[in-house]
Amino acid sequence: MASGGPRRRGRYLLWAAALFAYAFLYLPLVIVVVYSFNDSRLNAEWVGFTLDWYRKLASNNEMLLAAGNSLLIAAVASLVATVLGTMAGIAMHRYKLRVLPILVLTPIAIPEILMGVALLIFFVLINFTLGLVSVALAHIAFCIGFVAIVVRSRLAGMDDSLVEAARDLGATPWQAFTHVTLPLIMPGVIAGALMAFTLSIDDFVITFFTAGAGTVTLPLQIYSMIKIAVTPEVNAVSTLLMLLTLLLIVIASKVSPSLLRGAESPEEKR
Amino acid sequence: MAQPRRNWGKWITSGPPLVYLLVFFAVPTLIMVLASFRTPGEFGGLAPLRNEDGSLDLTLESYVRFATEPLYWQIFLKSFWYAIATTLACLVLAYPLAMLIARSDRRYRDLLLLLVILPFWSNFLIRVYAWMIILGPNAAFARVVNGVLGAFGIEPVSLLFSAFAVLVCLVYVHLPFMVLPLYANLEKHDSTLLDAAQDLGANAWQRFWRITFPLSLPGVYAGAALVFIPAFGIFAIPDILGGPNDSLIGNVIKQQFLETRDWPFGSVLSIVLTVLALLIAGFAAWVGKRGVARLAAGDA
Repeated sequence: MASGGPRRRGRYLLWAAALFAYAFLYLPLVIVVVYSFNDSRLNAEWVGFTLDWYRKLASNNEMLLAAGNSLLIAAVASLVATVLGTMAGIAMHRYKLRVLPILVLTPIAIPEILMGVALLIFFVLINFTLGLVSVALAHIAFCIGFVAIVVRSRLAGMDDSLVEAARDLGATPWQAFTHVTLPLIMPGVIAGALMAFTLSIDDFVITFFTAGAGTVTLPLQIYSMIKIAVTPEVNAVSTLLMLLTLLLIVIASKVSPSLLRGAESPEEKR
Repeated sequence: MAQPRRNWGKWITSGPPLVYLLVFFAVPTLIMVLASFRTPGEFGGLAPLRNEDGSLDLTLESYVRFATEPLYWQIFLKSFWYAIATTLACLVLAYPLAMLIARSDRRYRDLLLLLVILPFWSNFLIRVYAWMIILGPNAAFARVVNGVLGAFGIEPVSLLFSAFAVLVCLVYVHLPFMVLPLYANLEKHDSTLLDAAQDLGANAWQRFWRITFPLSLPGVYAGAALVFIPAFGIFAIPDILGGPNDSLIGNVIKQQFLETRDWPFGSVLSIVLTVLALLIAGFAAWVGKRGVARLAAGDA
């Protein structure tokens, strides 16, 4: 890499283009955060620092209800999806399966809207009331795949002979699982759970179709607010949501450093 | 190999997720396929499965309607062009970024990559909303653009609620999907190939077009598929940032289900969307593989 002049010039060009791309990625988010502290109704000019929008948020009951719903759904959905996704990941790693990998991976590969409308028809036809439960059930369905992928990639980097050794030494399959497999894949499981939590709390499209008229989640609430008007209150809630996501990512990267590279990479989608 | 034990474990681990996904993914999808052959109910939804004379309510009506009304083909075509434009713009933006990350020092790679993924993890709607602020009529960007246009005597334009807003945001939201597969590919390149080419007198441009780019084609096609599929079916972005003429197929599907409440027709559109998206992505993957095979055969 240490070769001379012409390559170095190419490198500057590369840096310039990449910096532009990074700016493109971050400028919008920075603007949202900055304006959440701006003492003006218009998201246009910097007037002065204020925490008013956060205060308004704290007394906005609809928003608090939506946030509560989102957290509840995300907690339940990520818990169930983590258990089912871990099972799927283990099964896909150990056995030659035909149907399960297809069912696990297609929800990730198809346009989101398809799953949303299919579940809407399904819930209405079986007379299942649309609300928190239907949303949670839908979220579990699309989160399983992401957890399974993370867990399977963790297993792929693991030495299978460890389980064999435990079994040879007289461990029951259950003991081998709880004493060997589970501790080894734990970082993957936790990372998958955090990912499912984030995906659930962020989901807009599938929630939009499966929530019905009376139920709001944070993204649905944000959607209805920005359809009416742009207000700094949205900036404030956005900033808080970004902080939460950031916190989850930091935790995830501590337990499973490879997640940030691996989880979304299409290599594993194949 | 103790076969019985293995099979037992197989059903315990794969059974529950299998059942769950059958019930909450496979069955709903099949029901939707069936719904596309039914007639819409009087008050939305579906008409009763049995007609008054007891026969089954199955019809090709919605498919015929789709095939004969050019409006829907035009919207599909428009969505196709938006998605293609998004894919190309993402490629142009993502390539230098992926190349830089792949060629930077190993210590910084994870950090640089993390910086690409981070915005992707923030809420989707927030990222759309950010562009409402940036492109809003009072924002600095719009004033600069309209100032420049005004200097040429052109009437001020609205940047928000336009095709421009929709496309910029589509690119913004999907960019990481292009960077990741490109990076995964570029990272594996053998840098001695470039050294060899340089020794043989190839300039930077030649080294890129004859070595780096052809070798990266699998990454390019993977990224293209990952960007194209979601962009093709998007509805929130045109819904929030688009004008009346920027309705894409996702918006029409949403409208069929939630406003017109014509489920059979909405189902037809969803099925066509999914089939087209997968076909186009599959085609891209196939072309990519062929291109690579040709390169491997020494056709470069």
